[in-house]
Amino acid sequence: MTNRILTGGALGLLVGVLAGCGPGNKPVDQGTPNKVLNITVGTEPEDIDPHVVTGVPEHHIIVALTEGLVAEDPVDLHPVPGTAERWEASDDGTVYTFHLRGNAKWTNGDPVTADDFVQSFKRILTPALASKYSYMLFVMKGAEDYSLGKLKDFSEVGVKAIDERTLEITLNSPTPYFLSLINHYTWFPVHIATVAKHDGLTRRGSGWTKPENFVSNGAFKLKSWKLGRKIVVEKNPDYWDAATTKLDEIHFYPIELETTQENAFRGGQLHNIYNLHIDKIATYKKEHPDELRIKPHLASYFYRFNVTKKPCDDVRVRKALAMALDRGSITKNVTKGEQMPALFYTPPGVAGYTARARIEENVEKARQLLAEAGYPDGKGFPSLELLYNTTEGHRIIAEAIQQMWKKNLNIDITLQNQEWKVYLDRQREMDYQISRAGWTGDYPDPNTFLDMWTSWSQQNQTGWARDDYDALIRKAAVTQDPEARLELFQQAEEILMDEVPILPIYIYTRVYALNPAVKNWHANVLDHHPWKHLDLEVKADE
Amino acid sequence: MLKFILRRVLETIPVLLCVAAMTFFMCRLAPGGPFDEDKQVTAEVRELLNKQFNLDQPLHKQFIQYITHLPTLQSFKYPNRTVGEIISQKFPVSAKLGFFAMCIALGLGILFGVIASLRPNTYIDYIPSSLAMIGICLPTFVMGPLLMLVFSLKLGWFPATGWGGFSGDQFFASDMVLPSVTLGFFYAAYISRLTRGGMLDILTQDYIRTAKAKGASGLRVIVKHSLRGGLLPVISFMGPAVAGLIAGSFVIETIFAIPGLGQDFVKSAFNRDYTLVLGVVMFYATLIILLNLIVDILQVTLNPKLKFD
Repeated sequence: MTNRILTGGALGLLVGVLAGCGPGNKPVDQGTPNKVLNITVGTEPEDIDPHVVTGVPEHHIIVALTEGLVAEDPVDLHPVPGTAERWEASDDGTVYTFHLRGNAKWTNGDPVTADDFVQSFKRILTPALASKYSYMLFVMKGAEDYSLGKLKDFSEVGVKAIDERTLEITLNSPTPYFLSLINHYTWFPVHIATVAKHDGLTRRGSGWTKPENFVSNGAFKLKSWKLGRKIVVEKNPDYWDAATTKLDEIHFYPIELETTQENAFRGGQLHNIYNLHIDKIATYKKEHPDELRIKPHLASYFYRFNVTKKPCDDVRVRKALAMALDRGSITKNVTKGEQMPALFYTPPGVAGYTARARIEENVEKARQLLAEAGYPDGKGFPSLELLYNTTEGHRIIAEAIQQMWKKNLNIDITLQNQEWKVYLDRQREMDYQISRAGWTGDYPDPNTFLDMWTSWSQQNQTGWARDDYDALIRKAAVTQDPEARLELFQQAEEILMDEVPILPIYIYTRVYALNPAVKNWHANVLDHHPWKHLDLEVKADE
Repeated sequence: MLKFILRRVLETIPVLLCVAAMTFFMCRLAPGGPFDEDKQVTAEVRELLNKQFNLDQPLHKQFIQYITHLPTLQSFKYPNRTVGEIISQKFPVSAKLGFFAMCIALGLGILFGVIASLRPNTYIDYIPSSLAMIGICLPTFVMGPLLMLVFSLKLGWFPATGWGGFSGDQFFASDMVLPSVTLGFFYAAYISRLTRGGMLDILTQDYIRTAKAKGASGLRVIVKHSLRGGLLPVISFMGPAVAGLIAGSFVIETIFAIPGLGQDFVKSAFNRDYTLVLGVVMFYATLIILLNLIVDILQVTLNPKLKFD
């Protein structure tokens, strides 16, 4: 009798397993010949309304759907014609005139007009919408005042539709990075009539971005959006440059966990791994070098010092801490992703700028400075706490630094991890002594890294302020000569590295994997890959 | 019985209110808010955002608005969606995963438990019992990747991630097998231990000996006479188990990239998504209360020693 039950159970199991086995139905194998790219950009996008979102995953999806005045060259990202077929700048560099192409259309058939841009800029700057990223437009004359409600009449803001296809933008001051800046999605147009129809002009979540309502003007259009499953965009045949678009569809999967991304990639479900887990780097280097990509990224990893609290209010202490590190050892043994040890803050090579300021890694000098500050050999050093958000990667770096400071300066610090929002809150309230941080550039220009340390910047959060630093950044903003402008940034960064309100650790790299079938994918510091240029190619031997 | 159900339903109202109040105020007491991001917004924008999301209202007014309009409130994190929309799109996925897992858990668990109980302290007992111990000891975050490694990456039988096939709409797709097995196996282990224990108690009873003596077949003794009593511990375990199966699949959902509600249960709290946290908590609270009620009714029906009062 028992045997009968056992046999029955085993049979049942077998049937169950076999029923589950279908034929190998791998999205990548099917997608490659059919020009369907299966990709993950990390998390589920919060929304795809370019005036509301702030994130990177959102960026990747929005740039597939929407196009601004200019577009990016796929190799080096220099501005190339987008919705505007050409443009000219005034001699003093403050007035730009864009000429829109006649065949730029919205997905509902309407032409893209200059007024669409005016109304879109108006929408993102409208105080009631409370756009978190509206400050990206503040280089435009009157934009900041309008967004603060100080200026009521939008016609006084520096944007004007001269006629249906001519747009004029007036800036506060010559802004050398302006054409790169307007490639940020905050400058993208939205179809105002559609937004208005869903009552979304001044509020979020009106539903105008749902697939059945969404109207856009980019190389792809929104086909479907299943919450938590995937977003599908398909080639827009009415796009003015549809001849360039090679892919038929892109499927964006929200897969947050790095190990799951890797499993999906290995299992033939994805063409990419968005972030390769640190433990896998060595394996991929050895076994899949054709898939692994390690590329410099426009982002800096650093610690903030709270200069209003002991002991980091003393510049000698800050310097000693900054000098007593071996950053090369951290990137080699801890982070392992070929990051560049950072002795300055701004990632090098941005728009021709590489900081000449350097933090000196010198343990002897560090000890001396600490002694001068009143703590010879670390004696009497007050308690010092390092705050970081709960993530394995941050923890191992913090522990390495804790050990280096113990060994080199004979001081003990405590590590405290906090959940993300608590960590952000404490940083904002300046309730910390040292706090981990990272900053990704919004556009390729040193300004995006250096203006955040001005006394008026919301991102400063260190309590540090220097009039001469503020003055240099202000002056750089109105300097037209490119070399003189970069020189001002050099001087600013020298002050920053001399005062060390922040402790640079490394310059990020993007470590990811890509299926070799994906073509025209060019690495660049912003990690932008204009989708219309991407292609999928079946290997010749298959 | 109707009176019993009615009384239990009425009892849930104050319980739910308490849960709502505690969730709402605990969320608000937690440091940080929905608009904190690593690129900090200005004080002006923060104020405007608070206004747009009614956070500038007095707390009690917000609370009343939240509990009266919960399903139609928009999520803070995903402003494009309402709380009701998110739950109605994602819960069916979690429920289906939970259902498949429960089937596996009950099928395997009861089978192994009964087998083990028939010849206690022999190999027929040891093998399923040690399998059950392994199932209990191996956490799902070990079991999941392990199964994935063997059955999808090495053997290529099942997809490594996803839910509902390539389109995401299929009623049953091969990508549902591994997560259901992972989740089900864990519960199967418990159920087989409980079944074995329950059955061992029953099999030594006099009435079983009587049944055997009057010549009932072995199968009949097990199915007809023993299981009804032997499964009572399993039934009491089912209430929390079912709730755990559909709510507690955060780990499975994350490992297998499944678009279920378990992920929101955890992440909405991290995101300080005040509306969604409350929505999901209330939804699960109602669900658990309902499941417990069903289990209570089942127990009375199965156990003649219990009555509805």
